[in-house]
Amino acid sequence: MARQITASKPPAPAVRSRQMNGAQTLVESLRREGVEVLFGHPGGASLPIYDALYDAQDIHHILVRHEQVAAHAAVGYARASGRVGVCTATSGPGATNLITGLTDAMMDSVPVVAITGQVPRPVIGNDAFQEADVTGITMPITKYNTLVMRAVDIPNAVRAAFHLAGTGRPGPVLVDIPRDVSQELCEPDFDEEPALPGYRPVLDGNPSQIAEAAEALSAAERPIVYAGGGILSSGATPELTALADRTGIPVALTLMGKGAMDETHPRCLGMLGMHGSAFANWAINRADVILAVGVRFDDRVTGRLKDFAPHARFIHIDIDPAEIGKNKPAHIPIVGDAKRVLAAVVPLVRAPKIEAWWKQIEEWREKYPFRYRQRDGRISHQYVCDLLNRLTGGQAIVATDVGQHQMWMAQWYKCREPRTFISSGGLGAMGFGFPAALGAKFARPDKQVLALVGDGGFQMTMQDLITAVEHRLSLPIFILNNGALGMVRQWQSFFYRGRFSSSILRNPDFAKLGDAYGARGIRVERPEEVEGALRTALATEGVPCVVDILCDPEENCLPMIPSGQSVAEMILDD
Amino acid sequence: MTDLQHAATISVLVQNAPGVLVRVAGLIRRRGVNIHSLSVGPTEDPSISRMTIVVDTAPERTEQFAKQLRKLVEVLRATSLDSTPAVDRELALIKVNVTPGTRLEIMEIANVFRASVVDLTDKTMTLEVTGRGEKVDAFVTLLTKYGIREMARTGQVTLVRGSQNT
Repeated sequence: MARQITASKPPAPAVRSRQMNGAQTLVESLRREGVEVLFGHPGGASLPIYDALYDAQDIHHILVRHEQVAAHAAVGYARASGRVGVCTATSGPGATNLITGLTDAMMDSVPVVAITGQVPRPVIGNDAFQEADVTGITMPITKYNTLVMRAVDIPNAVRAAFHLAGTGRPGPVLVDIPRDVSQELCEPDFDEEPALPGYRPVLDGNPSQIAEAAEALSAAERPIVYAGGGILSSGATPELTALADRTGIPVALTLMGKGAMDETHPRCLGMLGMHGSAFANWAINRADVILAVGVRFDDRVTGRLKDFAPHARFIHIDIDPAEIGKNKPAHIPIVGDAKRVLAAVVPLVRAPKIEAWWKQIEEWREKYPFRYRQRDGRISHQYVCDLLNRLTGGQAIVATDVGQHQMWMAQWYKCREPRTFISSGGLGAMGFGFPAALGAKFARPDKQVLALVGDGGFQMTMQDLITAVEHRLSLPIFILNNGALGMVRQWQSFFYRGRFSSSILRNPDFAKLGDAYGARGIRVERPEEVEGALRTALATEGVPCVVDILCDPEENCLPMIPSGQSVAEMILDD
Repeated sequence: MTDLQHAATISVLVQNAPGVLVRVAGLIRRRGVNIHSLSVGPTEDPSISRMTIVVDTAPERTEQFAKQLRKLVEVLRATSLDSTPAVDRELALIKVNVTPGTRLEIMEIANVFRASVVDLTDKTMTLEVTGRGEKVDAFVTLLTKYGIREMARTGQVTLVRGSQNT
């Protein structure tokens, strides 16, 4: 398979009219779902699929160097575009390499379809070469999965997969196709509607609950909106903004909710939670009415549940009924799509009298804004994040990895529009950032896309630099390099008496590594070099640019509510 | 059933498709809860099966289980039955040791429980008993002294009383 993708292709063998094999049926099904890009890596069990893709001029297959990247890139693609991301892998090891990315998609409710090859039907269950029970393995980490046992069933399986992935609470769906099914001839029917009698997402909220929610908000003295990724999934940014504009109610965002509302909006308090702003955390904990929408009361937001917002009445809007009351009882539960429910709530709410509440919030905001110090000669991570925010105006699509840099970027990068902050929230998968940026760039080639990663996480997936080079992507990759697994180091510093067990890294020269891949490599060692390097990287076209920024190894990410504690135990300064 | 702190019953209607049992069982296992009994069988519609699941969980978590089960694509209906008047039944086959001296005694006990003798040899008797779990438990306890050689219980099946659907 060393052939250049530009080489002329031999014609496909002729098939009888209407008859096609399973792989061709799959490709036609993907085409009918509007798939333009898929990320993957071939192998034995998926050879027929790759043979069919060879003829598909309109479906762009991006060859990655590790299937983990395919899954993360599909997530990045989906989150940047709002469309279903697609990845593919062969049986056995190919499929198991997708697991981390699919789990991330499950935790963060990202619409992804994974197509995996499987060993031929006669040997399934015989421990054949490269066989793994992929539908078994992925059962708890997919919204749905299916093993297709007849070529003629492929159109239905693919339609169901895209429908399930992209509607209701989005999530990953895996379709496993044995090699001989891909080779089997069939006469497919692409118009058959999949029957899913057990799948009926509720979109419209109960009107009396909506009225009750509006009444509670109107009468509140200290209301707050706690908004998350569900706003982005349902495209409810206009409705959320309208609510804030109309009522003046402050809005705090989760990590997944970044971009759900313009963070420079005066009503927006930015991110709350473990490393959120002190003022957002104080505000939600003093609130009397909380409108929780598209959120799941994650422990990184709530800390110790019984002490989270103890005085509040909770209105909880979510499309997934199982999220309501899961962690915290909801006084006014509303099952429905965030956009539709908010659209119904907004006109019913009267602006509550909350001048005193805002005065309190502004006092907190003034007292404890995010801030950082720059030690002599050292580069502050937060300075880099702050600068990236200023240089891009918060209008680039940012993909982060996981750790300190992720939290600093979440604090400093003020998203102006939806789908501009892509990060592994629920799973916290290191290695996510760069592949997600890769996927986002394929989704939005017109947009400035950048990756912000740590030196630890980048090394988990950096082999795919070559993929970015191969496709001449204008993709700057900023490495906040502190020579450590910074968040692990921070916890060891705070909670393990500074015993830095296996958290200090010996690193390669990332700039030279970038050069070796044919990317542009820049190494930044002094604070005064940072701005120039950032500007250069952001302006670099047609090639990824690896910017290795040697940062202060001792900087801690604050504020911090230690795991399992409450806002009262928030660490503000070190 | 005797050792359960909280026995919660969930009735689940599922599409009769491969892998559904694993999905349902896996979902419960993943939440760290033991399945006490699970019975599966066809319903009046052959494309639909009913699972009756008894789990060892606090009552306030049962509805959360039902909600999570409803998220499975093949699950058509999941109902937590704890607060609903319902009929529970279980069937057990119990093979006990018999001697000419104990045979009549055991049959008397069986009569009280309306159990029937379904197999008899000179050394063993196999009894079939139907009823609520507690009744089966009581029957088993009484037979213990004769020496139970082996036993098979179906697990509980449940339907809501009256015209309301389960």
